[in-house]
Amino acid sequence: MLAVTGIALGLAEGWRELGQVTLNGIVAGNYFALGAVGLTLIFGVLRLINFAHGEFLTFGAYMMVLGNWLGFPLPVSMVVGVATTAVLGVVLEVGLWRPVRRKRVGELQLLLLALGLAFFMRNAIAFVAGPEDRAAGGNITAGVDLGPLRIGRTELIATAIGLTVILVVALVLRYSSLGRQTRALADSIQLAETTGIDTDRIVLVTWAASAGLAGLAGILYALPAGSVNPNLGFSLILSIFAAVIVGGVGNAYGALLGGLLIGLVQEWSTLVIDPAMKVAVGFAVLIAVLLLRPQGLFGHGRPVDR
Amino acid sequence: MSVATETATPQLLQLEGINTYYGQIHILQDSNLVVREGELVCLLGGNASGKSTTLKTILGIVRPRTGRVLLAGEDVTRMPTAHRIRRGLAIVPENRRLFGPMTVLENLEMGAYLRPRSDLKAEFERVYTLFPLLYERRSQLAGTLSGGEQQMVAMGRALMSKPKLLLMDEPSMGLAPVLVERSFEIIQQVNEAGVAMLVVEQNANVSLSIAHRGYVLSTGRIVLEGKAADLLENQDLRKAYLGR
Repeated sequence: MLAVTGIALGLAEGWRELGQVTLNGIVAGNYFALGAVGLTLIFGVLRLINFAHGEFLTFGAYMMVLGNWLGFPLPVSMVVGVATTAVLGVVLEVGLWRPVRRKRVGELQLLLLALGLAFFMRNAIAFVAGPEDRAAGGNITAGVDLGPLRIGRTELIATAIGLTVILVVALVLRYSSLGRQTRALADSIQLAETTGIDTDRIVLVTWAASAGLAGLAGILYALPAGSVNPNLGFSLILSIFAAVIVGGVGNAYGALLGGLLIGLVQEWSTLVIDPAMKVAVGFAVLIAVLLLRPQGLFGHGRPVDR
Repeated sequence: MSVATETATPQLLQLEGINTYYGQIHILQDSNLVVREGELVCLLGGNASGKSTTLKTILGIVRPRTGRVLLAGEDVTRMPTAHRIRRGLAIVPENRRLFGPMTVLENLEMGAYLRPRSDLKAEFERVYTLFPLLYERRSQLAGTLSGGEQQMVAMGRALMSKPKLLLMDEPSMGLAPVLVERSFEIIQQVNEAGVAMLVVEQNANVSLSIAHRGYVLSTGRIVLEGKAADLLENQDLRKAYLGR
């Protein structure tokens, strides 16, 4: 279906234009994918819909800006952004989520807590860093020609990093013992416990990875865009949610592919409709998927009880 | 059988005076239960008799208010589940629950990830010899298997950890009669290979026919225990406590 749509768009709007928006779609898709995989893993493992996930993206981007301000070279600042966001994820698990889980707080209360945390983090970032745009530190004027297509140099580097990390995440989930344990936990925490998995440890690792990847997504969004502001994550979180659901909630590979798909479809849509509507297009895809295949494109049914 | 039932055989599992509560409700009432090395013991009871709570207590998912859980002599009453699994406990859960979105091979590996890598090959061979079908199906997603095949995977996964004591939670539930028979043959076969077993069941006939000893649980109390052969003949008690 995707291929048919692509060919139709190519014939109607021209192949060069299609190539260009496809490229843009991959650029957008990689930070959606990185954001979505962490969100879906946390939901799978803890049944927690982390509304504050978008703020992890914002936090990561701001920590990179802080690194720049402290005089670190940009690559070091990027690592600082990812690492501090991962640490924030772990701190929130130990200081907030684990204690409330131990008190057996209900799912609705957890949801509201996450929503409150999102508002708190967004406003705390605005309070500390100021509400105005700040330069991200990447070079946004240099461009690279790929045949007839054109892409920003920073954009190209960011996309290369993003796609590499997506590949690494998929390989770790697929082949490493840690990845298998995480997927097992995402399927059923009680069953995982009875096979002897140290669930507390895996939950911590999952938080670190989820937050770290979100921080990276924020950075990879901010660098080509040229600037950061406190609403960065909030403006992306809805598309990230769409990617999670399209990919099948709790399915890590699904989230990676869902992210790329949402990015692609949103950018393709700009050929035929107002680019300001592209987030709505993401939601149209989401609704279509929920109507036709509620378990997500890559989700499995749930044959075993939980 | 005679060796296993001798009292001199070391005790693998011991529940001592267990009292469990869910809120105000007294579930297990002064439960005592023993499984010795090499033994096949069944724990019989109807719905809401406390069978699941007993298993959860052994696994550490539910903590008793009073009493002790001993694994090979070690008091594990306050130890987390993972610790007990490392001490040689394994479970085949109710309804043969598997990791549905993972392959048969990955499900088996999840059973063995506590074991050294070097042992893995031998464990796989052991399980594939017992269940040749699993080798053919190793790349298939576990969620797509039939009930009987899922039973094999769940059993195989538990055996991958090379347990000393294997807990079986209602292995006959939801299986066709011919598969129930096959399941219990496998249980007996695994037991004969030296793995002690605690089989929790509603189906008294088939369990007692392969077990060495049995316990009967009714509304949280162990009301009867003894040699399986004796329990099998005790028609009245079977009627009273198992409703069949």
